Amino acid sequence: MKRLLVYLKNYKKELVFGPFFKLLEAIFELIVPMVMARIIDKGIGNNDSGYIFRMSLIIVLLGVCGLGFALTCQYLAAKCAYGFGTELRGALYRHINKLSYSDIDKVGTSSLVNRLTNDTNIVQNGVNMSIRLAVRAPFLVIGAAAMAVMIDVELSLIFFVVAPLISAIIFLIMRKTVPMYKKTQKKLDRASMLTRESLEGTRVIRAFSRQQEEIDEFGEAVNEISDCSIAVGKISAILNPAAFMIMNLGIVAIIWFGGIRIDSGRLTQGELTAFTNYMTQILLALVVLANMIVLLTKTFASANRVSEVFELTPEVCGSSTPESEGTGNMIEFSNVSFAYDTAGDHSVKGLSFTLKKGEMLGIIGGTGSGKSTVAALIPCFYRVTDGQVSVNGVNVSDWDQDELRRRIGYVPQKAVLFSGTVRDNMKWRKNNASDDDIISALKIAQAWDFVSAKPDVLDTVVSQGGKNFSGGQKQRLSIARALVGKPDILILDDSTSALDYATDLALRKALRSELSDTTVIMISQRTTSIKDADKIIVMDDGEAVGIGKHDELLEKCNVYHEIYVSQMNEKGGDRQ
Amino acid sequence: MKNTLRRVFSYARPYIGYFVLTILFAAMGVSLSLAVPVFIGEAVDCCIGRGDVDFENLKKIAAALALIVVSSTLFQWLMSLCTNKLAFLTVRDLRADIFNKLERVPLRYIDRHSKGELTSRVINDIEIVSDGLLQGFTQFFSGVITILGTLIFMMTINVKIALVVVFMTPLSFIAASRITKATHSSYMQQSKLRGDMVALAEEMAGNQKLVKAFVYDERAIERFDRINSEYGRVGAKATFYSSMTNPTTRFVNGLIYAAVGLLGSLGAIGYTSFVGAMSVGKLSSFLAYANQYTKPFNEISGVFAELQNAVASAQRIFDVLDEEEVSDDTDKEVLTGCRGDLSFRNVYFSYNPKIKLIQDFTLDVKAGERVAIVGPTGCGKSTIINLLLRFYDIDSGDIIVSGKNISDVTRDSLRSSFGMVLQETWVFTGTVAENIAYGAPDASREQIIEAAKSVYAHGFIKRLPQGYDTVISEDSGLSQGQKQLICIARIMLMDPPMLILDEATSSIDLRTEQRVQKAFAKLMEGRTSFVIAHRLSTIKNSDTILVMKDGNIIEQGDHNELMDKGGFYSELYNSQFAT
Repeated sequence: MKRLLVYLKNYKKELVFGPFFKLLEAIFELIVPMVMARIIDKGIGNNDSGYIFRMSLIIVLLGVCGLGFALTCQYLAAKCAYGFGTELRGALYRHINKLSYSDIDKVGTSSLVNRLTNDTNIVQNGVNMSIRLAVRAPFLVIGAAAMAVMIDVELSLIFFVVAPLISAIIFLIMRKTVPMYKKTQKKLDRASMLTRESLEGTRVIRAFSRQQEEIDEFGEAVNEISDCSIAVGKISAILNPAAFMIMNLGIVAIIWFGGIRIDSGRLTQGELTAFTNYMTQILLALVVLANMIVLLTKTFASANRVSEVFELTPEVCGSSTPESEGTGNMIEFSNVSFAYDTAGDHSVKGLSFTLKKGEMLGIIGGTGSGKSTVAALIPCFYRVTDGQVSVNGVNVSDWDQDELRRRIGYVPQKAVLFSGTVRDNMKWRKNNASDDDIISALKIAQAWDFVSAKPDVLDTVVSQGGKNFSGGQKQRLSIARALVGKPDILILDDSTSALDYATDLALRKALRSELSDTTVIMISQRTTSIKDADKIIVMDDGEAVGIGKHDELLEKCNVYHEIYVSQMNEKGGDRQ
Repeated sequence: MKNTLRRVFSYARPYIGYFVLTILFAAMGVSLSLAVPVFIGEAVDCCIGRGDVDFENLKKIAAALALIVVSSTLFQWLMSLCTNKLAFLTVRDLRADIFNKLERVPLRYIDRHSKGELTSRVINDIEIVSDGLLQGFTQFFSGVITILGTLIFMMTINVKIALVVVFMTPLSFIAASRITKATHSSYMQQSKLRGDMVALAEEMAGNQKLVKAFVYDERAIERFDRINSEYGRVGAKATFYSSMTNPTTRFVNGLIYAAVGLLGSLGAIGYTSFVGAMSVGKLSSFLAYANQYTKPFNEISGVFAELQNAVASAQRIFDVLDEEEVSDDTDKEVLTGCRGDLSFRNVYFSYNPKIKLIQDFTLDVKAGERVAIVGPTGCGKSTIINLLLRFYDIDSGDIIVSGKNISDVTRDSLRSSFGMVLQETWVFTGTVAENIAYGAPDASREQIIEAAKSVYAHGFIKRLPQGYDTVISEDSGLSQGQKQLICIARIMLMDPPMLILDEATSSIDLRTEQRVQKAFAKLMEGRTSFVIAHRLSTIKNSDTILVMKDGNIIEQGDHNELMDKGGFYSELYNSQFAT
């Protein structure tokens, strides 16, 4: 929480003066019934029309001042809340950009997005409402009670019965209903899940003719929602009427006991009117206060979620930016082991290999064998648990991380494109890439054919998530994006799966001829894609069970042989 | 808008009882609560001063007041209960209906819409309708009663002062509508910026790993900052404008309060004959009314804003409900004793009339034959599936299954004679056993296990924490291959005469993949099968190969025929062996 308060420090003035002006407004509002009591007692009592005119004018003036104060407060509150919110969001986003991959894994990207947008908004709104209400509502309750005490101490005892009673009811009902609302929300989430599953599986459902069962199951889910909602509604429906009743019974008591006190001359008629007025004000303020509590609970929950992100400390990053050497090893793994924070077991165990400039490394193995993890250690996405990974002879954790990554072209497993034009997407690696750079990258990635066929060519708009491109096209664009500006190291993380054989082959040929200086790491499930590599690592359950060239591995490595044979069998017949 | 409202209320018709009761209870509760200030005023009039208190009367008034308060409370509570029932039951029916509809619309509709967006209509839009329309309606109604009631009570106390109040009312309206207008454009701007910001956050923070891998962070921060500061600026403005409404109407209320106080007091001392006689008690009840008079106006204008929102949501719901359903086929023949032979006769089909796809396609498949469908990525291989299972209807020509035209039999019976395994596997939230028994809900546990065993799925299922009773879902950690094995077991249990299979391209670990291959082979024994093929072994041994490109079937024949022809297929085939 404290971390967030820092972002309020530029708005101290607003934080002090906002509530202050609101307080003034509330004070003026409390004075009005007093003035009216005077009008009744003195003006009417003494038949003094001049007094009545003067006092009425005062009420109007009080109103004008009140309006001025209130608007000033609203202005300060909005300025402070949005200023704070903007700074908080900016800082949070900067912080997110410093987080390591393991921290991102811990929170999850969708949760990060939520915290960055929803939660900051809720906190911002919380600040706004706090300035506007946090002082005013309690002050109105206390102020009204104080005014009552000033008028008549004994009669004001009724206040001290009614106010706690209403508070208690609000508290009890909220305590009962808040968990019930959560339960209703869960039921609603279930209906949402059923809908999504049913839409995604619509072909299967229809193929199995199971529509009616789906409808029945959903029907049950919506019944549960309405049952839950009606149940919680029954309880929350008590709140307003009950508060109304207690307050008005309090007024009955005031009238009765007030009558007795007027009879003995300790209270005037006008004061009695003011008394009932204050009673109404207390009720209104208490209801506002209840809403305020709900709002603050939500605000604190969101603030905590935002704080959690701030509490993740960015890792310390090195500053080396070594020049490329022609002769030495481009990449070197020495006895590298790695385990994800979230998993107990090692994903990579004792891996050692070297790779020279311009060489190609193939990594093959089943899902979960650690192929992608090996690749992720090179740009230092994750830090090794043991051993050392070096690029250009320097430990990757000593590198300036940005510089290291600028030299690497990375193609993820899942092809993600960003909204904007094709050109915007192609400039991700190199902001000042020329059209020629981009076109040559597109050509190598076998993407130029379909891009150049579009009427807008490089200015073709990519919709969010790249929906206007097919899976294979997205994959080729994602490869091209990594090639712009010819990286020193290219990592292809099983990123050719949606390409047909012919395209896959053309891509590999182009990579070899156009990027002969680039060290390529190609992860694949298919032996055909990697069999020409200078070095192949066969991964099985985190360990390298074979390192070598295709022919060597075929002889020496059982797992590789098994994979190769199973895949060759499919195309076998013809050759034998 | 009127029609939309009418339709929403037509859903409330079965609960018209609750509706009538809501109105009844609202009217009674509100008018009783409005009587309270009158009684308070009379009570005040009983207490003139020292030694001048009419206790006899005061007692009666206090008792009556207590009674009124308690009964008004009761009615308000009952009203809330009825509103709840009315709203939640109506919404339940509406939600069930739209879901029902989604199961009946042609697949074309679902394919064309984003699933997230459709889900949001079923969930969020209906919530908005519930909040805005139904609950808003009762708020609106009790607001109107309060205003009318207040006016009537004020009239009974003093017509002239009441008229002054009525003439001052528009002040509050004018102020509120001025502010609303000023706010509207900055609000629209704010919500657009907010949308942009969320979209950017989703793209960037949602792909944070890529942002880091490409060292794009500086540029991402720059883009974010730009929207963020603009949002902060516009947001502060919009919030300030909209927060002006309350103090302003409070101020107008204060003016009314002062005017009532002034005129009432002057009347009480007989200063002017304009007002007429007025007691202090009456003045105090008048003041109480004046104090709460503008509150319902605020509420009603709030309701109107929500109402617009709700009508827009309701419209989105009705758009779905108005979609055409697939034609009724309950009177059609039920396809039974399917032999497994089928043929396409001069079939024409396209998704979009402007872009021709399948033209004059003819194919005869004998029972037990295997048809492979091959072609580059995105060539429209799934079109054949869509046609065979009648997810889409052909434009002209005939598809004959077992001697019956598929448009003459029920869709259900046609579909149940096919077993289908798609590349995008589909498991639902439920146990493994339930998932396998999806097409045969009455299957015994032995049959389920038997089916799983026969497709090599038993091994991994056994190792799951609760075996066949383990609850799984789309993202419960099963690998793609394991999910596919479950889907294959599902078909095995159904034992259909014909199959449609979509081979996986990748992302399956090698050993599971081999198992899936074996399971497919097992499944295809003795069944007519259509296979969307990626594997040469499947393709080469097929009786017929359909080669597709850009949605069209460009070549058809067996392996040798196609190789001899030297067309696209032979090119595709040879490319695998080139290095």
